[in-house]
Amino acid sequence: MDGMHDLGGKQGFGRVRYALDAQVFHEPWERRVNALYSLAVRLGIFNMDEYRHAIERMEPRHYLSASYYERSLTSLATLCVEKGIVTLEELERRAQGAFPIATPSAPGRANVASRQRFSPGDRVKVRSDYVPGHIRMPGYIRGKTGIVVSESPVYPFPDAHAHGIEAADEPTYDVRFRSEDLWPNSADAALVHVGVFQSYLERA
Amino acid sequence: MTARLHAPYNPAVFDAWTMAMADHSDTHPNIAPVERRVDAIQSVFDARGFNPADAVEQAMHLTEETWIPENGARVVAKAWTDPAFKQRLLANGREGVAELGLTMPPHHRHLVVLENTPAVQNVICCTLCSCTAFTIIGLPPDWYKDLEYRARIVRQSRTVLKEMGLDLAPDVEIRVWDTTADTRYMVLPVRPPRTEGWSESQLAQIVTKDAMIGVARL
Repeated sequence: MDGMHDLGGKQGFGRVRYALDAQVFHEPWERRVNALYSLAVRLGIFNMDEYRHAIERMEPRHYLSASYYERSLTSLATLCVEKGIVTLEELERRAQGAFPIATPSAPGRANVASRQRFSPGDRVKVRSDYVPGHIRMPGYIRGKTGIVVSESPVYPFPDAHAHGIEAADEPTYDVRFRSEDLWPNSADAALVHVGVFQSYLERA
Repeated sequence: MTARLHAPYNPAVFDAWTMAMADHSDTHPNIAPVERRVDAIQSVFDARGFNPADAVEQAMHLTEETWIPENGARVVAKAWTDPAFKQRLLANGREGVAELGLTMPPHHRHLVVLENTPAVQNVICCTLCSCTAFTIIGLPPDWYKDLEYRARIVRQSRTVLKEMGLDLAPDVEIRVWDTTADTRYMVLPVRPPRTEGWSESQLAQIVTKDAMIGVARL
């Protein structure tokens, strides 16, 4: 989905709030959220792709205003409701107030049938796919051409894995793009490497 | 406005969102403070017998003592002093760090170690969420997870690095690595010339999380 989470290349953001030895956690509840979502993954209540997708499905204004660990909490609560661990009513009763969760999921998809094997040095183009469900293709590479640098081991296909759809594991290709190709005349010169699932690619 | 605000919030945006929720549904007039929402989930887990208190305590141990940047620092120091190890590490990061007894979660199936040189600066990010090789370089710092870093580092790399205190010469090539799959990355920084003759443990002391993310040089 072309969600609010897909931030790469978005303009208008200010300076990074950078400090030496920056903190990971700011509040004790953030540590608890981190522990609880990990526990839910270990218990098999949901997988990492479902977890990421439930964050992406947050109402956009909520997504932008929430801290990292509030997004994590919202995904955890959303999936516990959707998987039948708890009802929203019970959660809100225990929280003594409204408990905003993410918007419902749209359909996912299985692997692309016509996917091809690539080798380092191959020129590849990112397919112009628009999907309503989970996808790990950042919008800034859609339709763009790059060079394959290497191939990873196979992973579960996230577009399926986030939606409980059976799918084959597939490799990702480390694809090197030029920032000038991604944002012509509007980017600092750099090589941008992205891990791109095989289903997202075609030969250029 | 009932939600408790924390540093990363933009109160104006949050207000607008809260009001929008209230406008659209009678069931969302008062959002519970975030800490009470965490309590709610934790109490559900407790009621279901999931033992959340143990998980919280275990996570405290893992994040404070096990998943720490000193792990990656040991890897870097060994790579600086043992050329054969460095070759193995660059060829297969997961097997390389395993030689030092370091492990990664099962879903991190691949670790790519990116070697900086005086002419090349590698920098890691995750524009879609905030993935890192956290068992090796430690959990990501706050700024890594912020919208600003995620939005800007891929497009304005040189500008952002300069704002963060890393002013690279114009001829240094920047390579940004967006962690979009479950391949994980760490940067192998350039060994500073002043460290000639240092022991591996001395070297490990100067290697920082930021250098292994690639936003600082040593």
